[in-house]
Amino acid sequence: MALTIKVNGVDRAVDVEGDIPLLWVLRDVLGMTGTKFGCGAALCGACTVHIDGVATRSCITSIDSIGTSAITTIEAIGATAAGAEIQKAWLDREVVQCGYCQSGQIMSAAALIASNPHPTDADIDDAMSGNICRCGTYVRIREAIKQATQSNGQGG
Amino acid sequence: MMLHKLISEGAVTDRSPWADGLSRRRFLQAGAAAGGGLMLSLNLPFASGDAQAADAEGFAPNAFIHIPGDGQIVLTMPYVEMGQGTYTAIPMLIAEELEVDLSEVRLEHAPPNEKLYGNPALGGIQATGNSNAIRAAWQPMREAGATARTMLVQAAAKRWNVDPASCSAQGGEVVHAPTGRRASYGDLAADAARIPVPAPETVALKRPEEFRLIGTPAKRLDAPAKVNGTAVYGIDARPPGVKIATLAQSPVFGGRVKSVDDAAAKAVKGVRQIVRLDDAVAVVADHMGAAKKGLEALAIEWDDGPHAKLGTDAIVGELERATLNAGPVAENIGDVDAALSGAATKVEAIYQVPFLAHAAMEPMNCTVHVRKDGCEIWVGSQVLARAQAAAAEAAGLPLDKVVVHNHLIGGGFGRRLEVDGVTRAVEIAKHVDGPVKVVWTREEDIQHDMYRPYFFDRISAGLDSKGKPIAWNHRFAGSSIIARWLPPAFNNGLDPDTTDGAINLAYGLANTHVEYLQVEPAGIPTAFWRSVGPSHNVFVTESFMDELAAAARHDPVAYRLALLDNAPRAKAVLELAAEKAGWGQPLPERVGRGVSLQFVFATYMAQIAEVEVSKDGTVHVRRVVCAVDCGTAVNPDTVRAQIQGAIMFGITASLYGEISLKDGRVEQSNFDTYQILRMNEAPAVEVHIVGSTEPPGGMGEAGTSAIVPAVTNAIFAATGIRLRKLPIDTEQLKSA
Repeated sequence: MALTIKVNGVDRAVDVEGDIPLLWVLRDVLGMTGTKFGCGAALCGACTVHIDGVATRSCITSIDSIGTSAITTIEAIGATAAGAEIQKAWLDREVVQCGYCQSGQIMSAAALIASNPHPTDADIDDAMSGNICRCGTYVRIREAIKQATQSNGQGG
Repeated sequence: MMLHKLISEGAVTDRSPWADGLSRRRFLQAGAAAGGGLMLSLNLPFASGDAQAADAEGFAPNAFIHIPGDGQIVLTMPYVEMGQGTYTAIPMLIAEELEVDLSEVRLEHAPPNEKLYGNPALGGIQATGNSNAIRAAWQPMREAGATARTMLVQAAAKRWNVDPASCSAQGGEVVHAPTGRRASYGDLAADAARIPVPAPETVALKRPEEFRLIGTPAKRLDAPAKVNGTAVYGIDARPPGVKIATLAQSPVFGGRVKSVDDAAAKAVKGVRQIVRLDDAVAVVADHMGAAKKGLEALAIEWDDGPHAKLGTDAIVGELERATLNAGPVAENIGDVDAALSGAATKVEAIYQVPFLAHAAMEPMNCTVHVRKDGCEIWVGSQVLARAQAAAAEAAGLPLDKVVVHNHLIGGGFGRRLEVDGVTRAVEIAKHVDGPVKVVWTREEDIQHDMYRPYFFDRISAGLDSKGKPIAWNHRFAGSSIIARWLPPAFNNGLDPDTTDGAINLAYGLANTHVEYLQVEPAGIPTAFWRSVGPSHNVFVTESFMDELAAAARHDPVAYRLALLDNAPRAKAVLELAAEKAGWGQPLPERVGRGVSLQFVFATYMAQIAEVEVSKDGTVHVRRVVCAVDCGTAVNPDTVRAQIQGAIMFGITASLYGEISLKDGRVEQSNFDTYQILRMNEAPAVEVHIVGSTEPPGGMGEAGTSAIVPAVTNAIFAATGIRLRKLPIDTEQLKSA
């Protein structure tokens, strides 16, 4: 039975069983490979997307649980104010190394600053500790989030 | 610079135009490119900088710089990007000497061809590893750039009929200042190609004080695609019609499939095919979700084979017994036995480090399309030519029928120096009509890794009446990766990697004796892991040096400094780290500082970790200060980034890293049982780079080995408990 989901503002019909995780629908069915597979068990955050603006692990989110909610992926996060700020800060601070986890890191960080424009270190820990980076870019991720939120402050 | 789409073939056009007429400089030639413009071909020498490139077989170029008519600079080089910044740092070397912006250098990926792209520093294997890309490229890449610049200037001078000395190169042009004439490189490239290659002594390299790019932070060229989801890793390959497969391999290494009931798996929507191999079963489906469901629905009975009862304890016992006997001598200075017998104090200890998984964030994967007459693979590999050879062998095809599309690597750390995944994927793909992407689940990735070896060390020392070490005796047993991976480099029971960090210590020790016993435990495969030697040896030697300082009742930093009179660069990094860390300043209760000093990968590094041990035994690394002398820091921002990241990698190993076997099976499976350091545990890191004009040292791995003893030494400072076995046992610290 075909299901319809809304990805980055576009309705997409997909013919998969309802219990298939969103991650595989994005990557293998729709060909949107920016969202990454890391663990399949919500342990690493590489697969993070936004569902109605909330950072969500797509690897354990079944496709039939989403309904009409709006899915946003790394491919479109730059169109949001928070996403664009975070991407810019990531480049300014030279965060990435291998880069594989960074889609998920950016999605978590964008959700954080969209809901909390002035996060404390503890807020950053809470929002980002579900995202593993094996290259260990944490120092720069923290700096980049702070940079992005400083410009929030300056811009009002 | 744009990262060109990674290519499989044809990056380098016909090389015949410059195959003849050897220049006097045998590792660099220049001439007309088949496609037009100027082509320089060069041979990257050994990392140590000696000129063995020009061997008896003559000139064998392995990197190419092409200046076509449009004036771009196109570099084809053999190294791959794994996050370490190679795609940025090496083009900097050429841009520096050619007097162009970094953005003018376009990188094309080398196709698999060991003859052309073999890394001399890795025994001619086309590989990126051992932290040596920048070391191997440093001299030849700059010389190539300077030679091209000299030829372009000469071409312009000839055209204008002026003295070359009155012309200069700047911003991709040659300029004749007296007349204001200028010509672009693209315009001059064809003329330059007809000029004989200048003699080496007439090509002046820039002096360090003239550098405009080297030593200044350069933006990573691969970053933009990595923040917007467009970067393509091996796992993202999607040839038309590709199916997705996932697999279950024998949970015991060396086991076999006894029987498979696949009825339920075949009934899963989207499952297309079940492939049964001798020692693995794969489910091929429309998408990974269906493949995983199918895999879970399989009922597989395994014949566990000869290692069915293997446990870690048996392996440790084998290693421990091996260390009771003498082994090949890796280093012998002075007379350790005599010195020991005259020592006022003797200290001895046993150290152990565990098997470790790589756990790169991109799980193992390889996409394969096997046809009757050929095979294509899509993969991210540190060893492109080996990947091609492995695919050819598994497919039963000649090498030239295998096309490899290399991709960005979502974490290497040594895992992608192996091609077991390619072999496995091709074995599966042979049974599949059309392309298939084989993706390991995280559990399969962890449980069928090739692991950093377990090592068992006995170490002892003698101190004189003032506490100074006068004898140092170290013997250890474990697997040699080199013996399997690069057999010619394993000689007389020794190899340069496994003992790295155990010999040639920076300290001036008068009497040292180091032995290594190669033991290859059956039932668990081993591989490189962000180095092997230093990741093990630096923990042992720097922990033990701390033990000696404690036995002598000396300050750990002062104790080390007293041994470094003949090692000024080592002494300087240690002094700098101590100063910046506030060594000696008071700390709260249960917080300690620990120090480490190492000289590996041609880089000097000192680290000081500040660690808090809670009453429940929890260890928190609060702050790390690192001082590094890596010679010329080509891209200092990358040096900082590599150290920051390597420190997290090493803290993970210190606190959590352990792969253990029970009943032949790896007990860990995903990030809940194989934990990785997370944001809330990450320390603040300060990196201080010592200015230097020495040739660059390696940076990819050094930070990892240095942090481990800094952490355990800090735990000793905080609690008085000496940890000699990794990972850290928090139970042991509860009582502290």
